[in-house]
Amino acid sequence: MSGLASIAHAPALLLATLKGPHVDFAGLSPLLALLGGAVVVLVAGLVCGPGGRASYSDSASDPAAARPSPGAAVPGLLALVALGAALGMTIWQWNAQKSIVSGALRIDGLALVLNVILIAGGACAVLLAWRSHAARGAAQGEMYALMLTSIGGMSLLSSAQNTIILFLGLELLSIPLYVLCAIERSSERSLESGLKYLIIGSLGSATLLYGLALVYGVTGATDFSAIASAIASRGLSNDTMLLGGIALCLAGLCFKASVAPFHQWTPDVYEGAPTPITAFMAVATKVAALGVMLRFFDVALIDVQSVWAPALAVLATVTIIVGNVGALGQASLKRMLAYSSVAQAGYMVAGVVVSTQLGVRATVFYLAAYLFMNMAAFSVVLARERETSLGDSLEALSGLAREKPLLAWPMTIAMLALAGIPATVGFIGKFYLIDAAASNGYTWLGVVIVVGSMISLGYYLPVIAAMWMREVPAISAGTWPLSALTRRGGGGAGGSLPAIAGGSPELDEPAGADQPAAGEGSGDAAPAGADASSRANPEVVFVALLAGAATLFFGIIPGPLFDLVHSAGSGLGLF
Amino acid sequence: MPPLSYLIWLPALCGLLSAIVPVPRTQRTREHVIAGAIALAGSLVALGLAIWVIVGYRAGAGLSDVTDTKWIGALGIYYKLGVDGLNAALIGLTTLLFATAVLASNFRMRTERAPRARLYYFLFMLAESAVLGAFLAQDLALFVAFFDLMLIPFYLLIGIFGSGDRVRATLKLVIYTLVGSLLMLAAAIATGVLASQQHGTPITFALSSLQALPLSKGSQEWIFLFFAVAFLVKMPAFPLHGWMPDGYRAMPTEVVMVFSGVLSKVGAYGFLRIVLPLFPQAAVHFQTLMLIIALISILYGSIVAFTQTDARLIAGYSSIAQLGFITLGIFSLQLQGAQGALLGMVNHGLVVAPIFFIIALLAARAGGSEDIREMGGIAFRAPVLATIFLVVALATLAMPGSSNFAGEFLILLGVFESKRVIAIIAFAGVVMASVYALRLFIRTMHNRVSPTVKSRELGLGDGLVLAPLVAALLYLAFYPQGALHRSEGSVDSSLAGARAALVEPAVKPGAPSTLTTQQAAAEEEEAAAAQEAQESAR
Repeated sequence: MSGLASIAHAPALLLATLKGPHVDFAGLSPLLALLGGAVVVLVAGLVCGPGGRASYSDSASDPAAARPSPGAAVPGLLALVALGAALGMTIWQWNAQKSIVSGALRIDGLALVLNVILIAGGACAVLLAWRSHAARGAAQGEMYALMLTSIGGMSLLSSAQNTIILFLGLELLSIPLYVLCAIERSSERSLESGLKYLIIGSLGSATLLYGLALVYGVTGATDFSAIASAIASRGLSNDTMLLGGIALCLAGLCFKASVAPFHQWTPDVYEGAPTPITAFMAVATKVAALGVMLRFFDVALIDVQSVWAPALAVLATVTIIVGNVGALGQASLKRMLAYSSVAQAGYMVAGVVVSTQLGVRATVFYLAAYLFMNMAAFSVVLARERETSLGDSLEALSGLAREKPLLAWPMTIAMLALAGIPATVGFIGKFYLIDAAASNGYTWLGVVIVVGSMISLGYYLPVIAAMWMREVPAISAGTWPLSALTRRGGGGAGGSLPAIAGGSPELDEPAGADQPAAGEGSGDAAPAGADASSRANPEVVFVALLAGAATLFFGIIPGPLFDLVHSAGSGLGLF
Repeated sequence: MPPLSYLIWLPALCGLLSAIVPVPRTQRTREHVIAGAIALAGSLVALGLAIWVIVGYRAGAGLSDVTDTKWIGALGIYYKLGVDGLNAALIGLTTLLFATAVLASNFRMRTERAPRARLYYFLFMLAESAVLGAFLAQDLALFVAFFDLMLIPFYLLIGIFGSGDRVRATLKLVIYTLVGSLLMLAAAIATGVLASQQHGTPITFALSSLQALPLSKGSQEWIFLFFAVAFLVKMPAFPLHGWMPDGYRAMPTEVVMVFSGVLSKVGAYGFLRIVLPLFPQAAVHFQTLMLIIALISILYGSIVAFTQTDARLIAGYSSIAQLGFITLGIFSLQLQGAQGALLGMVNHGLVVAPIFFIIALLAARAGGSEDIREMGGIAFRAPVLATIFLVVALATLAMPGSSNFAGEFLILLGVFESKRVIAIIAFAGVVMASVYALRLFIRTMHNRVSPTVKSRELGLGDGLVLAPLVAALLYLAFYPQGALHRSEGSVDSSLAGARAALVEPAVKPGAPSTLTTQQAAAEEEEAAAAQEAQESAR
């Protein structure tokens, strides 16, 4: 009888061991759209591209070759379609609350909201890269395919509920980014940036992996919820190995989120990478890294909150101070924005520290705000890089308000928002974060955020001053040496940064005052060239205006954004 | 009566309109006229609305014309506006000064080349909206938002249209003010959060709700200090006035008129609106400190004003002294003192704006220099200008019969009742005011005619700018009771908490709690008087 039963059970048992986990394709659909889109874009690029790499060397010198052929737009369009499809799928899943693929992924409010932010960031980045030299230099479509893959990794990361998936997502995010940073093969700085990011990023990944291994060693689990219950049931909160593991995980994730003292790579990599990639990295990587921190710390390690929260609070403080002080006096806008992003990461980590629903919502809100503010800023930087020979130096913005108000306004709004001035989304975001911090006994962290904002005025305001209170530099009107002009075509990454980029704005003031005649002259000359180049970059101006308008709109009517992030906090089982 | 939102947003809307209104290509050179006319219309309508609101306000009616909707529900922030005795006069002052300043800008741009006039008017009107919002906000977070927001248009106005070392001056000004504002932001959020935690209620930032949820004394104290820094920077008061000299010198005339006339009042108003009602115990705790800061501001401002030769700086430092008096009145924590302070705020706005305008007129007659050593003898050929200047100067030095006199008298009366020694020292400030005000008048208007001076009479446009200000000044001089009567109820309720806290220390832990407020107040005063007598004996 029993034998019979065992025989009867055997096939079922066999089937159970062989059968893969149930895959909920509906839940996975955004991810599938992104990764499938990457493949399609890659293939389409090969099919439609006019010779790909071969045309690269000509395009720099020959303006006619620099104009994209009709087929060249296809990969970009397809990338946008893929992102749109992913967005549609995300919205389709909107009210889902489920664990899929044997609990490896969690589809909930947090994951879906972060998906939306990531896709929006990705779409902006695709638009910014539209005419990018790098996009043409690499074979058609490669760049977009890599971007889509990276977004896929980020999406995976933001819904990871298992340490294996966490690591998988992180690598899927990082490896395309290493390539993307170095994609401008003619620029040494781009290559350097990619190499630096590869080395530091690998170190971060290794640290994280080691930490995850230790956590697994202690708890014997890879699922977040299993880790949490193991810690709770076995009273592991004082276990040295677990604490070591947590510390290593913290360090690994901090590398990705560029939290001080693991932020040193950020300014170099941001400065060297092509600007569309920098914008993408600055926004999307941060979203993914903060998202996974929220889930990992506030779900898996919630019972040892008393251990990691103070450490993370100290890290947040250090990050805020280091980022803001580092940004002071930077002549390169991209370096300045890199340090500023370090500081912003510090603000958001404060939301993780709080580990309440309010904290999660505040962090996610700030991430959305961060998307708008940074996209506006980076797209203006990109536009100026392409229009002037001054690269990403502060000089490139001088007199922008008079020359091109359509670029000056978004940049002004972005700077004010990053500094946390009211009527911008940055103010509401900071308000929310401080509110969250204060309501869980971290009032001092709120004060640190405020002190950080004070320091930040020292570098955001000079940018505004440069745009509004200085004359157009005579240099941008064409008196620049010929060598620089020829390089201008290929100067996507600020490779042609002139020597005059340095110096504080105050020092330049007398010089500007002495040559009003020159300023007037260039003011007359500029519009002709300016019109031509703004027609050449309508999509960049569009992104800038859109992001600037969103920054302002959600600063005055933040209701929709609050509704969006509301669901993010509720799925995690926090108080 | 119109909703207050119209009053707030109308100027910004007109500003936007004047910035984007299409101008035909043939009219490009007259762009500034069109933009200016739209802005002027907006500011005049705003003035009309403000007068309508003030006339409609019944004394002692509490908060009226309330607009109350949720702005950010998740954070308990309300878009709540309202008029009461505290801000009724101040919105009148604000709209009046902005209207005259826009008028002055219109006239100035007729004669001068005016690049980027559209931007100028847009920023100017945006500033008016923000200032009105700060005065009318009845929600702590909304107040903070408007308070911070009003700096940005001024930052751009000064930085773009200013003179001299404007970029550096504005950076200094903004960093000073925003440091204060951001501290206030943290303090404001902490107020809302701690109040909800200490009382177990859902979070709210509406002032009326917060007033019913007093914080513990420890929290009140640090929050008080954060707010005080923000408001004292804005005023400016003695140790925090570092931005003022450079800032005032760099500002265009119209901007300095509203900046010194209105923005400095927001700080003083903040004490009455927010600090005293919400943090009464801390206000009592730091009363002496604040009085001493006010006293030093009076003495320092007066003395420096006396030594300066730059006419703008004389007016600037005299503002420090005048605002010292206002602070003194507020922190006397007496009804008379606070009422005097409120009257003083309106007066100071009405006095300092014409002074800055007149200084610009004088400079135009003295070859562009604002140094009083290069002026002199202007009165000979400009009797009307001299008369107006004399009226304003006499109002500045609180001539008996002027409205400033009534204000300062009430302030000193209030301080005399609470801290006698400080009141006696503060009297010196009244004397010094006459020194610097008369010195400014005599050195510019009389004396020997300076070689660079080419005097001429007031133009019609300049007269139109000055007339409403002087008329308002004279009205208040003859009829200060009007303003006082309206504000009495509101000031009293603003002070109520602090006065209750003032008598608390007199109640011994073991003493019967049936002790009435008056008795305790009397005891407190006696004790204070005895203590002061001892101190002065030493």
